[in-house]
Amino acid sequence: MLKYSLKRLISAIFTLIIILSIVFFLLRQMPIEGYFDNFDKMSETTINSKLREMGLLDPFPVQLKNFFSDLLRGDLGTSAKYRVGEDVTKIILEKAPISLKMGLLSMGISLLIGIPLGGAMARSKIWDRFGTIFIVFVNAVPSAIYYIFIQMYGTQLMGISMTFEPDNLVTWILPVFSMSLGNIAYYAMWLRRYMVDEMTRDYVKLARAKGVSKKSLTMKHVFRNAFVPMIQYLPSSILYTVCGSLYIESLYGIPGMGGLLVDVIGRQDNPMVQALVMIYSCIGIVGLLIGDLMMGVIDPRISFAKKEGSR
Amino acid sequence: MSEPILSVRNLNFKFTLRGKTLHAIRDVSLDVYPGESLAIVGESGSGKSVFTKSFMGLNDKNGWVESGEILYSGMDLAKFTQEEEWLKIRGKEIAMVMQDPMTSLNPLKTIGAQIMEAIELHQHLKGAKARQAMLEILKDVGIQNPEKRAKQYPHEFSGGMRQRVVIAIAVACKPKILICDEPTTALDVTIQAQILKLIKDLIAKYNLTAIYITHDLGVVANVAERIAVMYAGDIIEIGKSEEIFYDPKHPYTWALLSSLPQLGVKGEDLYSIKGTPPNLFQEIKGDPFAPRNPKPLKIDFVKRPPLFEVTPTHKARTWLLDPRAPKVEPPESIKMLKDGRIGKL
Repeated sequence: MLKYSLKRLISAIFTLIIILSIVFFLLRQMPIEGYFDNFDKMSETTINSKLREMGLLDPFPVQLKNFFSDLLRGDLGTSAKYRVGEDVTKIILEKAPISLKMGLLSMGISLLIGIPLGGAMARSKIWDRFGTIFIVFVNAVPSAIYYIFIQMYGTQLMGISMTFEPDNLVTWILPVFSMSLGNIAYYAMWLRRYMVDEMTRDYVKLARAKGVSKKSLTMKHVFRNAFVPMIQYLPSSILYTVCGSLYIESLYGIPGMGGLLVDVIGRQDNPMVQALVMIYSCIGIVGLLIGDLMMGVIDPRISFAKKEGSR
Repeated sequence: MSEPILSVRNLNFKFTLRGKTLHAIRDVSLDVYPGESLAIVGESGSGKSVFTKSFMGLNDKNGWVESGEILYSGMDLAKFTQEEEWLKIRGKEIAMVMQDPMTSLNPLKTIGAQIMEAIELHQHLKGAKARQAMLEILKDVGIQNPEKRAKQYPHEFSGGMRQRVVIAIAVACKPKILICDEPTTALDVTIQAQILKLIKDLIAKYNLTAIYITHDLGVVANVAERIAVMYAGDIIEIGKSEEIFYDPKHPYTWALLSSLPQLGVKGEDLYSIKGTPPNLFQEIKGDPFAPRNPKPLKIDFVKRPPLFEVTPTHKARTWLLDPRAPKVEPPESIKMLKDGRIGKL
């Protein structure tokens, strides 16, 4: 178990380093306007001296080394346009809580609805029909479209303003609901699939033959075993949701991290874009790592896969 | 013989598949007596699994009892439709050992927990007592070091060991009847004998009635006191083991026995039954084996033969036993069995 975890951890760290380097390299290809607040009014010489000052004219390996040593100290640079001269980390920390709250809420709702829906779909035909219609709808219609519909008609129906107000709890409902839709469909779809898979397994037949009731069979055997493959993807999904939805946050004007990324890309604030893109890619990797570790905890076959063999 | 523990009367079982109806069990009657070991033999698709699964309500949802009775301790199991009714039977009264031990256990639960589940359900023991019973059963099925093994997961067991666990689960239910659905098919030949011996010992120890389902006549010879031969969803011959092996009456039983590999016979091709079993989607007229029978009678294609009694314990469904039928000799290879030239069963 320990060996498996360490292995996963090390490979995750390596992947992280590689991805960060690639992102760093790609963002060096961005136009240099993105580093200055008032690029148009500056002379060539000031620009060059500023670039040198920031270390951007150094050879790439040196830049990369400096970047990683800054990163280890928790320094992600300073914002160039969004809020001139302010630390990127400070801006992000300021924006993160609202995304976190919304994400957690939406996550809770998605799990609370998606998992029972998937379970019901696996067991009853009526729920299966209903759920399939819902899933197909959510997956087939581009999310941007139903997000806008929900915003337009939802706000109208509830008689509230289109934009989000942190203190007005009613305005939380629609964005959180919109964020949940995709995840509900996703969880329901996969859980149903895995449960239907498990139900045809021989061990289920044996459990039935020994007299386990249908209810306890579904809960103790099928559900748990179906959940294992889902465990792997759940953490990434949770982390992504928690870190804010790019589109919904900008749609409702929610001052969170997702909206921030859209904002800084529009303003060409290179250091901010770099930091946020890196954060989002890290999340993917950390999510997968946690998923793998959780799999190791829940599935006894994994920790033994290499060590003892099956016979 | 005493009163039967399980009595099947004219059972007809059907399935719906893609809009068509498959007549899987065709008017089958069978008595199972307490304490006996009965083997049901037949090739794949002959309905032996469907037949026994119908005693436990374990057939797929698209199957149903068309008519007939399955009488067990005053109940007619053929009338059961609700899950709750079956829960009174499954495990508690009739338990099953399944074919493939590699996949029959839940990979995410310790084998101790899986046996405990059966004990808690049927013996109504809890906690430490249930644990104690579980360890005892593990010992009974020949698993060394049960304390440690109980905490392990199925993937840490070999195929033969897993089958022991599956047997332990079935026995832990304390059933009256144990159905062994091809218990050794998926196992190594070297392990097969051990597992059969184990089942035999447990049957004696717990005083069980056993129904073996198999297509392996070697297994049958080893364990069964009585044999029922199934073909195309019907029991075409039934009798004591000696009667079936030494004095078979139905041409299908002849063919089945002829296809047994025999020691001391060299240079000859192993006999195989020509043709394929009948399509059960279509109605079967006469004797289902007639189209594959090398020497069929005319009436075989017209009318279903009744069950003729050879001895009080031996019955066969073939027109050859009709007094008016011409004498057809069983093939040579069968006689060798009879003469005992093959060695004792």
